[in-house]
Amino acid sequence: MGLATDNIISGASTEQSDGNIITTTIDKVVNWGRKNSLWPMPFGTACCAIEMMATLASKYDLSRFGSEAIRFSPRQSDLLIVSGRISIKMMPVLKRIYDQMPDPKWVISMGACASCGGVFDTYTLIQGVDQFLPVDVYIPGCPPRPEDLIDAVMQVQRQIQKGELPKGVEAAP
Amino acid sequence: MTEEKEITEDTTPLVIQQLREKFADGLLSDAEVNNGVAVVVNKDNLYAILEYLKTDLAYSMLLDITAVDNSNLEEELMKYDYARFMVVYHLYTFEGETPRIRIKVPVNDKDLIVPSIINLWKGANWLERETYDMFGIQFEGHPNLERILMPNEFEGHPLRKDYPLRGRGERERFNFDKQNA
Repeated sequence: MGLATDNIISGASTEQSDGNIITTTIDKVVNWGRKNSLWPMPFGTACCAIEMMATLASKYDLSRFGSEAIRFSPRQSDLLIVSGRISIKMMPVLKRIYDQMPDPKWVISMGACASCGGVFDTYTLIQGVDQFLPVDVYIPGCPPRPEDLIDAVMQVQRQIQKGELPKGVEAAP
Repeated sequence: MTEEKEITEDTTPLVIQQLREKFADGLLSDAEVNNGVAVVVNKDNLYAILEYLKTDLAYSMLLDITAVDNSNLEEELMKYDYARFMVVYHLYTFEGETPRIRIKVPVNDKDLIVPSIINLWKGANWLERETYDMFGIQFEGHPNLERILMPNEFEGHPLRKDYPLRGRGERERFNFDKQNA
C-alpha cells in the first residue's frame, strides 16, 4: 500500500479484492487531490517574501508537495500566503485579492509582521491580518525559515485531508 | 601644554560667503558646519536663493526636501520667532569644495505656505508632496499637491510631533466597501 493512498481509504470499507480495488468516499478522494495540488497566491511585501522565494526555488522545492504552480492571479489560486508587512493602504488591496479567490480557499499568515504587526507598532501598520482575513495557519519567525513555510503548507494539507473547512467558510453565515 | 593660535582667516565656506554677499538680509543664521554646510534663510528669499545656488553656483542636484517639527524643542523654537516647522532642502554640487549644502526655512504654524520649487527641479514634485503628506506644509504653485504615501482619506499629518505613534485607530478601522468603490 503506497503512502499516498493510505489516508484516502475509507475506514469502514477497507475491503480489497485481489489488491486491485479500493473503496473510499468521494469526499476523501476530492480532498486528497485538493491537498496535493494547492496553488498558492503569493502576497509578498517584505523580507518574508525572500524566504518564500527560497522555498519555491530548487533547494527547498515546494513542488515536492504539489504547490509549485504559483499563480499571480487570485482567480486561479486557492492558498493565499501573506508574507510581509501590510499597511493600512495595502489592506484593502489584500482584502480584494482574497475576495477574488474562488472557494475553497486557505490563508497562511507568514511571519511576525503579517501575524501581529511585529516590531512595527505604528499608526500605519495592520496589527495582524487576521483582524480582516480568516487565517488558517500562522507561521512565527522574523523571517521564518523555508522549513517553517513548508511545515505550514503541510499543516494546510493535513487540514484539507481531515475534511476540515477553511476558516473563511466557517465564518460565513 | 602649548597654546594654539586661533586662525584669523575667515573659515566660512565660500558658498556661504557668496550667499551673504548677495542676500544680506535673507540669511537668518551663521553657517553651521556639521556634515556639510547648513544655513537658515528667510522664506521670502528662499526661491531666489535656491535659484542662485542652482544657476550661478552649480548646485545642480536636489537631493531631498523634508521638514522638522520643533514643537518639543524650546531652544530651537526661540531662535526663529517660534516658527514650529523647519523645511529643509538638501542640495548637491559636483564642483567646488562644499559639495553638500542644506537650506533651512522656518515656517510658522499659522502660515504653512512655502513657494514650490518645481520650476527649478522637476524632482521636487514628489518630495513636496511627501512633505505635505507628513507635515502639512503647503507648497504654493505645486500642480498636484495630494498625499503620496498615506491613503487619500487619511486625516492628519503623521510625522508631526502631536500625532500619536500608534495612530488614532486607523489601523483597526476599515470601510472596505467605501475604499474599493
